[in-house]
Amino acid sequence: MSVLVDEDTRVVVQGITGGEGKFHTEQMLEYGTNVVAGAVPGRGGQEVAGVPVYDTVHQAAREEDANASVVFVPPAFAADACFEALDAKGLDLVVAITEGVPTQDMSRVYRKLQETDAHLVGPNCPGVITPGVAKLGILPGNIFSSGNVGLVSRSGTLTYQVVDNLTDRGLGQTTAIGIGGDPIIGTGFIDALELFEADPDTHAVVMCGEIGGEDEEEAARYIGANMDTPVAGFIAGRTAPPGKRMGHAGAIVSGSGTGTAQSKINALEDNGVPVGDTPEEVADHVEDLL
Amino acid sequence: MRLHEYQAKRVFADAGVPTPASSLAETVEEAVDAAEEIGYPVAIKAQVHVGGRGKAGGIELVENAEEAREAAKNIIGMDLKGYHVRTVLVEEAVDFVNELYVGVTMDRGEGKPVAMVSTKGGVNIEEVAEETPDAIAREHIDPAFGMHPFQARKVVYEAGVDRDLANDVASVLRTLYQLWDDRDGSDVEVNPLMITSDDEVIAADAVMNIDDDALFRQPELAEMGEEAAEGDELEQKADEYGFDYVRLSGNVGIIGNGAGLVMTTLDLVDHYGGSPANFLDVGGGAKADRIANALDMVFSDENVDSVVFNIFGGITRGDEVAMGINQALEQFDEIPKPVVVRLAGTNAEEGMEILNEDLVTVEHTLEDAVQRAVDYAGEVDK
Repeated sequence: MSVLVDEDTRVVVQGITGGEGKFHTEQMLEYGTNVVAGAVPGRGGQEVAGVPVYDTVHQAAREEDANASVVFVPPAFAADACFEALDAKGLDLVVAITEGVPTQDMSRVYRKLQETDAHLVGPNCPGVITPGVAKLGILPGNIFSSGNVGLVSRSGTLTYQVVDNLTDRGLGQTTAIGIGGDPIIGTGFIDALELFEADPDTHAVVMCGEIGGEDEEEAARYIGANMDTPVAGFIAGRTAPPGKRMGHAGAIVSGSGTGTAQSKINALEDNGVPVGDTPEEVADHVEDLL
Repeated sequence: MRLHEYQAKRVFADAGVPTPASSLAETVEEAVDAAEEIGYPVAIKAQVHVGGRGKAGGIELVENAEEAREAAKNIIGMDLKGYHVRTVLVEEAVDFVNELYVGVTMDRGEGKPVAMVSTKGGVNIEEVAEETPDAIAREHIDPAFGMHPFQARKVVYEAGVDRDLANDVASVLRTLYQLWDDRDGSDVEVNPLMITSDDEVIAADAVMNIDDDALFRQPELAEMGEEAAEGDELEQKADEYGFDYVRLSGNVGIIGNGAGLVMTTLDLVDHYGGSPANFLDVGGGAKADRIANALDMVFSDENVDSVVFNIFGGITRGDEVAMGINQALEQFDEIPKPVVVRLAGTNAEEGMEILNEDLVTVEHTLEDAVQRAVDYAGEVDK
């Protein structure tokens, strides 16, 4: 078992004819992902890496029976691409890789998302992978291995680091979800934790957070109140100064001192979640929890 | 991106928000001329992005030309909490009886904008929020509809604004929301919104922060932002190179890919007893010349005593990184500062083979790499 992505996931890639879209479509296919269509306005009838391209997501979903989408569309058009995917019948998972989407655009997408049953992962995220089955996004497949640990993270490369530490010790993963580093994202920590809690094959969860906002604090309270599956945590940005954006648009400690790493670490520990000081220590905690 | 007060006021005034008469000055003479023109008393206000300007000596109230000259001399060219003051705003001093706070910001937890009004204006609103949260009335706005007129009235009345002023304050709030919406604001606020003895409202300060990710469709504001750019020389250089860079005060230089991993590298430097000099994210898929630029950036920070390079390749390739590091270091007769490299992920092994080990120290784990860099930096201290 896994969450969000499995053998039945049929993917349409939005922006498949662009440099990133094409490269990662090839990578996804190589990993075994069932990429069934691409969607790019004006490019219907073409093929990319043997995948048929349609002019609209609606056509792609209808003709190829797609049920998930990956968005590789430039920032200015990414929100529209998300709306298009959310509007298409049968698509219940949208993974938006694009970095740099204006926040107000995402606010409107988020509003639309509340009216649907679909999951939107991202934007500004590495994607979702169910090791050995399929990946939707840009995660390097070779570092993942199949197993019983669920992983949810706001950061791409930090996810790779933590997964590498897990895989090294034979701790494979059910599914890893990169939820993205922007201030407004679709699937949040709590949504992902709910999915893992409901998955019988996920025996422990790793949650990697970072400075900014209060999502980690809310997730910590959710874990304390609702989860039987044990969780280990990691929080990046202990040394971040207030008022500076640390790479990710959402990674900022506010002037008044909310969104600090310490506040998140305290919230997690208060709710029984051990937090590693280093990625290596996170793997130690997971070993203990299992 | 943050506009200066004078720029934000110009935008607000163009949209119909009442603002005091004012004029921008770069020299003492210009400031005195402006003060004479506006008529005393006037405020002379440093144009820098620093909170608590008044307390720090960046704002002076003057009654005549002599005082204006003295104040302008003091403020122009002064160093205000690390920022060099290049310009002052000379502004009509408003005789007020009351001060309000009016603003619009993004509530990231809710994923939607929130309008805020408080009768406790004129002080740091974050402190008000902390100490007396009930003193701020809030109304969330549905981004699909925008702000309904009733919502502006509702939040104004909830805040306890006098009935005689409510319409005018609500009108300012609606204008701020419109600006926030049209101009991709992240925070748009007036604090204080002054109330005069004859019930006029007037924006005595103006804050306008714009979403960096939306500047591509706000060319006019992007240009203002370039004018307003200030801060560290290295941070400006990083902008030119297109790096996410934050300068800190330590001596271990840090280069990596991906915000979360770079932050983690900083945290580990601290964890192992060192002190990070900077945050530098080369981004995804960096090629050799970009890597060389990153090294150049960190070397040019005189506080740096050692450098740790931590790359976990997804779309970034280890061989490209290794070539960039070699390329950057081969131009030196003597390596200026010791460099520790850790490569993992895509093409990491190819990268390790390419790396010239006469020029760098190679480590295989994140923990070892950071500890080695901290050790090197410690040796320099002695």
